[in-house]
Amino acid sequence: MQQLADSLIAQGMFGANPPRDLIYALFIFVFSLIVFLGIAFPFAGIVSWVERRVWARMQSRCGPNRVGPNGFLQWLADGLKHICKEDLIPADSDPALFKFAPYLVILAFTLPWAVMPFSSQLILADLNVGILYMTSVTALTVVGVLMAGWASNDKWSLIGGIRSAAQIVSYEIPAGLSIFPAVLMAGTLSMQGIIKAQGWAPWTWFAFSNPFTFIAANVLYISALAEGNRTPFDLPEAESELVAGFATEYSGMRYLFFFAAEWGNLFIIGAIITTLFLGGWQFPLISNNAVVMNVLQLITFNIKVLFLVFISVWVRGTLPRVRIDQLMSLCWKYLVPISFVDLVGTAAWIAIWPSGNSVAPWIMLALFLAIVVTFLRRVLHYFRRSKMELYLSPTI
Amino acid sequence: MDALATYQAVKERFGAKVLEINEKALDPFMVVDPSAIVEICRFLRDHPETAMNCLTNEIGVDYKDRIEVVYELYSYPKRYGVTLKVKLPRDNPVVETVETVWKSANWMEREIFDLIGVTFQGHSDLRRILMPEDWPGHPQRKDFVEPMEYHGISTVRDSPIIRMEADRK
Amino acid sequence: MSIRTEEMTLNMGPQHPSTHGVLRFVIKADGEVMREAIPDVGYLHRSIEKIAEKVGYHGFMPYTDRVDYVSAMFTNQGWAMACERLGGIVVPRRGEYCRVIAAEFNRIASHLLSVGTMGMDIGAMTPFTHAIREREMINDLIEELCGARLTFNYMRIGGVGWDLPPGWREKALAYLDHFDPIWEEYNALISYNKIYVERLANVGVISTQDAIDYNLVGPNLRGSGFKWDIRKDIPYSVYPEFDFDVPVGTGEFGTLGDAMDRYMVRIREMRESSKILRQALNRIPDGPVLAKVPRNFKPKAGECQVRVESSRGDMGWYAVSDGSAYPWRVHVRTGSFAAMGMINKLSRGLMIADLVTLIASLDVIAPEIDR
Repeated sequence: MQQLADSLIAQGMFGANPPRDLIYALFIFVFSLIVFLGIAFPFAGIVSWVERRVWARMQSRCGPNRVGPNGFLQWLADGLKHICKEDLIPADSDPALFKFAPYLVILAFTLPWAVMPFSSQLILADLNVGILYMTSVTALTVVGVLMAGWASNDKWSLIGGIRSAAQIVSYEIPAGLSIFPAVLMAGTLSMQGIIKAQGWAPWTWFAFSNPFTFIAANVLYISALAEGNRTPFDLPEAESELVAGFATEYSGMRYLFFFAAEWGNLFIIGAIITTLFLGGWQFPLISNNAVVMNVLQLITFNIKVLFLVFISVWVRGTLPRVRIDQLMSLCWKYLVPISFVDLVGTAAWIAIWPSGNSVAPWIMLALFLAIVVTFLRRVLHYFRRSKMELYLSPTI
Repeated sequence: MDALATYQAVKERFGAKVLEINEKALDPFMVVDPSAIVEICRFLRDHPETAMNCLTNEIGVDYKDRIEVVYELYSYPKRYGVTLKVKLPRDNPVVETVETVWKSANWMEREIFDLIGVTFQGHSDLRRILMPEDWPGHPQRKDFVEPMEYHGISTVRDSPIIRMEADRK
Repeated sequence: MSIRTEEMTLNMGPQHPSTHGVLRFVIKADGEVMREAIPDVGYLHRSIEKIAEKVGYHGFMPYTDRVDYVSAMFTNQGWAMACERLGGIVVPRRGEYCRVIAAEFNRIASHLLSVGTMGMDIGAMTPFTHAIREREMINDLIEELCGARLTFNYMRIGGVGWDLPPGWREKALAYLDHFDPIWEEYNALISYNKIYVERLANVGVISTQDAIDYNLVGPNLRGSGFKWDIRKDIPYSVYPEFDFDVPVGTGEFGTLGDAMDRYMVRIREMRESSKILRQALNRIPDGPVLAKVPRNFKPKAGECQVRVESSRGDMGWYAVSDGSAYPWRVHVRTGSFAAMGMINKLSRGLMIADLVTLIASLDVIAPEIDR
């Protein structure tokens, strides 16, 4: 970024003696705007469309199918609609905090895109503490949500905010601990470094490299769902209990910010797990053309992430919500001990086989496939009974 | 034991407290003295031969000259029910609550208090239940006249039919 | 170290997503745990009992639909039976069969709505749409029968309004063939789901003794393990001719009488209703469906009680006639009213999320409470 700015200044684009700091600031501003409006929001929107369509099909409904092909532009229409709506601020609220909270949430959702490894070269900043940065900025959400719940001056919102704080702070622990097995395996915190330590083939992914990482991947996914306020852990906004939780008093654009952040976080959850455990953008080297390879890697990465998004939507379409005490006992009684064991186990594994065990990945992969096959056998009965053509054409 | 035998047994036990036994009605009933209703109810509940462990229904009826409270009792173990009635004066209907005998009487008595205006002595929570707290009068009484407005909100509306006819003209 | 704590008073309803209509609770909560929830009803009070005194016996029939709009057939039937008892009218056998068929379809529809909203209150959206999809098909069938999808107004004093339309019997049987596997699928989707069972089991436990003392009826009473069904125990209509079971709560997932038991009773009752429907549809006799009742129906002075097993349990109708064309007094005792009276006792010590479960598991319908 700095080189680009420097080269443009050298070409005399900004006059003979330009204020360098201001130009840098301008560059950062313009570039963040592009990232924010051009990447983060469209992704959140597309995820929302995917969720609504998939969810609708699970519920024997149509879902949005009018705006654009298959309703694809529905997210844009909804976004515009929300921006045009009145921005209500309750008279008894704390207006400053009330207005500021959505920006904090949207900030927490925008910052991770800086280290999002879309392909070997499409990454804004390959920080050497990439994954650490990612987990720490996503945790900012809790501040925004708590602030929203408090500032609304509504008891339901307050309960939502408190629940959210308790939930996210608790689940940070298993989530953080489950990241470390992958970091131990790769020996780096950099997103690109972790991906480069894996290969394109499933048996070279960290998820299948040993039993501990396999469990860690699952624990991380569960904790990430809880951190992203997703069903079955959507207690902060539990609409049947708390009306709309912390977002009860919000309307218009600010409400949109909360939900854009939620859907965007869904993508970020998928990206973290893809990066750490599922090989990221790794694709077999079939061409020497950098552009072709980058496009293929971009597609690979997005397919993996969207598959995880699909699973989140699937979970939402299937499972009820847990209760707050069950949520906490799941975290502290099960996930935290399991992730500690995973961490120690991975460390021991690396100590025993420093260059990796050649048999374990195959066994783990076979185990995973066995799970998938067992599952398919169980659902096949319902597939047979239902109308197959409905499932084969997803755009009805 | 059936309903009629139960009435006879109660009459033997309580004598003059049982004012009338009507055997010809569709559902034979027994009119008892209001002062003895709790005693009789408790007897019917606790006696092993009757074991009326459920109060299925409690209804207030305004008969212009008197107010009746009807108790429909049912015995799950013995599989039959009896009907008790108390007759109360219309200007000051007061009877003792049977909430102490069956918990289900709580809400039913609140409803009767609200809609008919019977006061249940000893009731734990005798508040209006269906109507607003400050509603004037008791709507299920025969002489109840609905006020024209409630807190400035009109309770009458033009008949749509009359309005249609006016338009036609 | 001691921290100063305060009890929080929460107002839940009357506009709240999960209060099934317009109920209101004043919740005294200590964080997530409730000290008590005080129910406040009456927001849907339309003085239906008073209206009865003004519109006459025949004219009151459409109003009974509004007493419980989710299972209007039973309120229809309750009022019709009360009038028939007062007037000494005998309903033709085909009429009784039509009543049973319509009522049992209505019971399935009502239970589907109940278990569907149960899922939604717990946070699972999909069961609701699946249940509603099946309910729509039943609504289609009932619409063919009586022209209405919600407030049916199908029954009349002395029978039913219309005979089964041609070809309806086959359609209904075909629907039952479709329904039974769907029932299995629904169970597979939600009933034995781990989270679902965890949320429902051991919540809102009602002992049999309490259930009787508070006059709980229908599935709520049976959920507490007490085998009692008006259709079996105080038979009315042609129910004695059918072979069906009365499912009761067994406490298989937690304690006897918890929310899961009440839920499972409803699920199993749908299967039993389907059984009754098959028998009724196959055995329905020929003949008239409506007895001759004078238009100016004036039963002789007297009073009667009638009990009907509605989908929310024993619905007690009490009607007083003074010999004129207008009833002197009508009273309905409904299952939801009794269940609502118990919520204050049950809510103590539950969590806020459990209150929603509790309301859904008792299957209260606001219009039935307030009338």
